[in-house]
Amino acid sequence: MTAATAALSPDSRPALPRFVKLKFDRTRDIWVLLAPERVLVPDATAVEVLQLCDGATTLAAIAEALARKYDAPQDRIASDVATMLDALAAKGFLRDLAEDRR
Amino acid sequence: MTAAGTAGGLSPSAAARFGIPVAVLAEITHRCPLQCPYCSNPIEMERANAELSTQDWHRVLGELADLGVLQVHFSGGEPLARRDLEQLVARATEVGLYSNLITSAVTLTEPRLAALAEAGLSHVQISFQASDEDLGNRIGGYRKGHAKKLEAAGWTRALDLPLTVNAVMHRQNLHQLHEIIDMAVELGAARLEVANVQYYGWALKNRAALMPTEAQIETASAVVAAARARLGGRLAIDYVEPDYYAARPKKCMGGWGRQFFNISPSGKVLPCHAAETITGLGFDSVRDHPLAWIWEHSQALNLYRGTGWMPEPCRSCAHKEDDFGGCRCQAFALTGDAAATDPACALSPRHREIFAAALRESAGPDRFVYRNFAGGTPEPVRDDAEA
Repeated sequence: MTAATAALSPDSRPALPRFVKLKFDRTRDIWVLLAPERVLVPDATAVEVLQLCDGATTLAAIAEALARKYDAPQDRIASDVATMLDALAAKGFLRDLAEDRR
Repeated sequence: MTAAGTAGGLSPSAAARFGIPVAVLAEITHRCPLQCPYCSNPIEMERANAELSTQDWHRVLGELADLGVLQVHFSGGEPLARRDLEQLVARATEVGLYSNLITSAVTLTEPRLAALAEAGLSHVQISFQASDEDLGNRIGGYRKGHAKKLEAAGWTRALDLPLTVNAVMHRQNLHQLHEIIDMAVELGAARLEVANVQYYGWALKNRAALMPTEAQIETASAVVAAARARLGGRLAIDYVEPDYYAARPKKCMGGWGRQFFNISPSGKVLPCHAAETITGLGFDSVRDHPLAWIWEHSQALNLYRGTGWMPEPCRSCAHKEDDFGGCRCQAFALTGDAAATDPACALSPRHREIFAAALRESAGPDRFVYRNFAGGTPEPVRDDAEA
């Protein structure tokens, strides 16, 4: 958590740590991302991305899946996804499991 | 985080958009081994035999989740003083609440922390009174406390639980701010709360021993700014400025009865942990009503909700929705009227008085009145103390 996080690469395998929880909030009818002292509200796209962050799927595969689903250019999707996940990783709310194996 | 419209947008807070409480401070006991002179508990604390039962909390945690609360902070007093804390955390996990532990950590053991993590605890906040043992133990009024905190912080990180270091700052420890920041980094904390004392309850009783000088605050603000620049991405620092030297009041609790509430050990629902310092307010108990009813109908919660209750200069102020008039407890403590503009605001007619009080009190004697169930005990005179 304290080490400065390197930016994610296409080979990264992002995952939420145990203490960051993505959950559907029935009362507000929205998805929320719960972290220490923080409640973030991911939009629909972010939710889809986060649901694919299982620690096994690479960033490249996540972007590919979304590009196919929305018939959108993969490089643009990949860049948007990386931007969002990098911001989460910088806060310590996302980990790269590919990095743990090195 | 990202601007709306781009893929993967995350807006910073659910709180701003909903009239549903986001987080609750569960003060499950007022019992505590420490005696910090700025404790946020009321002077008249609730005793063990008045505390809610495990069954009560079981029901209340379920009601919190149903109400839409997302995070629960198990606090006190010292929440570890309750033997059923593991059960309460497990119940919070069961109903989908994100649970934080706010602890002095001096009575924590490694197996107990492991059991709490197993029950679903997601975050640990440990208070530190200073960066060194002598001062830390003196402020907490507890021998060997500091060393135990360091040990507990190590267990927290070893269990891969995120750690927040909470440091309440005042005249007698502000000179250690730099070392406290370094300590938080060394301990592997992701967050550090540098919270200047807020003066009601015990802290008001100890105001002359705690009030910083103006020069200390200038230095502290610079130290925090430099540390933020140096440690960005490694340690997030939340800095609570001291009201008495501020020009703008705090948006206390995000506005009264808007996003947070507090449950006292006996089950009273309070707009904030200090609200009982406002005499004459009546609070509803989870023993008498469902939480959803209290959130909507509590007289105390409704009294200062929104902006309709505001007198001038708040009523016509452009900032009234930014700060909701500041802190009601502070307004009451300093003016005797909880509906008055918080004197921390430069627009308050009483603002100059509190600045003068700060300057006067910052030259006060250092001797503490320790927090305890007896209404406070003066610090024993130390051999090395001047008069």
